[in-house]
Amino acid sequence: MMGAISASVMAILLVVAPASLATSPSPTPSPSNTTFQNNISGFLRDDTRAPLANVTVTAKSGDFTGTTKSAANGSWNIGVPEQGTYEIELDESTLPEGIKLADGQENPRSVTFSQTSNLSVIFAFGKGIVVQQQDFGQNLLNRLVAGLSFGLLLALAAVGLSLIFGTTGLTNFAHGEMVTLGAVLVFTFNAVGMPFWLAIVLALLGGGLFGYVQDAGLWKPLRHRGTGLVPMMIVSIGLALAVRYIIQFNFGGATQQLPFAQSPEIQLGPVSISPNNLWSLVISAVVIAILGVILLKTRLGKATRAVADNPALAAASGIDVDNVIRIVWVAGGMLASLGGILWAYYRPGVTFDMGSQLLLLIFAGVTLGGLGTVWGALIGSIIVGIFVELTTVVGLAADLKYVGALFIMIVVLLFRPQGILGRRERVG
Amino acid sequence: MDFGFILASAFGEIFTPTTAAYALAALGLAVHFGYSGLLNFGQAGFMAVGAYGFAISTLTFGVPFFMGLLIAVVCSAIFALLLGIPTLRLRADYLAIVTIAAAEIVRYIVTTNQLTDVTGSADGLAAFELGFYAMNPFPEGSYLGMNNRDFFIRVVAWSVVIICCLLVWLLMRSPWGRVLKGIREDENAVRSLGKNVYSYKMQALIIGGVLGALAGMVFTLPRGSVQPANYGTELTFFLYTCLLLGGLGTVLGPVVGAMIFWVVLSLTQGILYGLIESGAVTWLNTVQAGQLRYILVGIALMLLMIFRPQGVFGNKKELAFA
Repeated sequence: MMGAISASVMAILLVVAPASLATSPSPTPSPSNTTFQNNISGFLRDDTRAPLANVTVTAKSGDFTGTTKSAANGSWNIGVPEQGTYEIELDESTLPEGIKLADGQENPRSVTFSQTSNLSVIFAFGKGIVVQQQDFGQNLLNRLVAGLSFGLLLALAAVGLSLIFGTTGLTNFAHGEMVTLGAVLVFTFNAVGMPFWLAIVLALLGGGLFGYVQDAGLWKPLRHRGTGLVPMMIVSIGLALAVRYIIQFNFGGATQQLPFAQSPEIQLGPVSISPNNLWSLVISAVVIAILGVILLKTRLGKATRAVADNPALAAASGIDVDNVIRIVWVAGGMLASLGGILWAYYRPGVTFDMGSQLLLLIFAGVTLGGLGTVWGALIGSIIVGIFVELTTVVGLAADLKYVGALFIMIVVLLFRPQGILGRRERVG
Repeated sequence: MDFGFILASAFGEIFTPTTAAYALAALGLAVHFGYSGLLNFGQAGFMAVGAYGFAISTLTFGVPFFMGLLIAVVCSAIFALLLGIPTLRLRADYLAIVTIAAAEIVRYIVTTNQLTDVTGSADGLAAFELGFYAMNPFPEGSYLGMNNRDFFIRVVAWSVVIICCLLVWLLMRSPWGRVLKGIREDENAVRSLGKNVYSYKMQALIIGGVLGALAGMVFTLPRGSVQPANYGTELTFFLYTCLLLGGLGTVLGPVVGAMIFWVVLSLTQGILYGLIESGAVTWLNTVQAGQLRYILVGIALMLLMIFRPQGVFGNKKELAFA
């Protein structure tokens, strides 16, 4: 028992260990270093889209003042110590001759970080250009599509969590760390020089392996020992803490970017969306569709649903319950990994605690849809994703956008505790 | 490496106000989880409600100290009511998810820039402790090596802990406490005796929550500031570690658990820093040493739950789960 657990902890350490290889050539920045992990940035281009170089931009907040000049390609970037509200001022006297800020451009203006480490500020230039106020309908449509993209990536992790809950009864608080692992592994493998596609494949395999090791080394022995569900939930919290700080130990506290993290928005019919979000939407939709076919049409899928319904009866009818649960853990790990990679592009950025930030939204999605139901997790996650994005349209501050999703979960529990798709049974 | 100094500072942790705050909050969790079987994962939220309730009423509304204290306690009781109404009829894991979500909602709300005037957003609030120190009966001077302010806050913090322990002990050996333990063991049996289980659970949730709010105040007063970053979900998990260290269904367990927790944390930090400074350990820097300690907390929580769920003092028969 003891051996199995320490072996699994060792295995986790080994899985994450390569990250230290990636960070060792460039040690984590000491506090005295002036490069900060939060950035305010933008591109300065005039109305003919020609770059504006050598324009001074200043960011101010409290005691902190950062100044920079735009580069030859018009880009500027100011590192700031913490996320918060900053006053951005563009020194208009440094603008080239004949170039002026467009009408209605606020300068200086106040900008606020919203949960991410990057903030872009756009200044529009030129005579007669009135800044296009995005109309409400347009904005609504854009947010809807972005929300769908976010909801589907959330669903990847939520479906895994829901399958694990359905087959084993475990509310897994370490699922957020499984999400983090995917993104961290891609960054690590990419940083040691592997091609991008190989890094992603290895990260997905790593996620599956983590799921397998967790089940074989920890959860299966506990199940066979007859440990109750509540103690297992608390064990998963201990695991979440341990894994989160193991990842931080190897990865550091800074925000890193995956390749191709920055991409300009493209116009797709009436919707403007970044290619990354579009890819994320397509990939997660395809993966979930494949998963649906497996669950509904294959023997394995039927066996999984049978175990979720009644493990004892499934075992009696000749299904190898432990094997099904093992496959569910591996699949859950891979799905969480994929979700983590997409989440790293959505935020954007890779940090050691990115998964635990997502965990409650995953829970919200799963609870909304109905604990243990796969389709419920899908629908619940999409609702949560769209809700999170839409709250900013109706005027809720960006740093409160997760509050709405958590709040609606509590409200739904009041009126429909079994969730949207959950069966009506006594849950008390 | 100066072992004497490391040991002295580690055992100095036993009586810090922070340890007292952890002990109080863990005592609240003992009422919730240990005695009633309620899985509250939002104790950090209760602490935040207590700390902010006190700080905001003092700074924004300028109320005197005891009025601020009362407001904080009432706020936490209302918070418990709001959480309990939708979840106390449901299975244990629903309460867990809702309480952890509610604690995060509180943290997001006090962090948002929209309310900077009231909550100070990410920077938090400061300078609300003057009314408290104005009541200091100890004249300036050295008390056991502390100045009169430090000594006063310690005396107050541990007096609160002792009074609360006594109250919880009296409550739990009263008929009321026996019903509560009965609910933990078998809810339906208690219901069949004609007891209103829902109402008993709600009362337990409120009492534990008020203890959490008091802990939040004890936690912030000596710091002289309250910041939202201190009230994340990790705080709740550390409190569970304290509770499980000491013993679930006991009064002294959470207090001793909090002491062990802080002594071990301080001891490992002292030893690790000492080893790094003396050059014996080169594969670790001081930042990573801090993270290593939290890895150990996580592993300790897992091992405790698996091998000794009743903790140091607990009785295996008195567990909230089979």
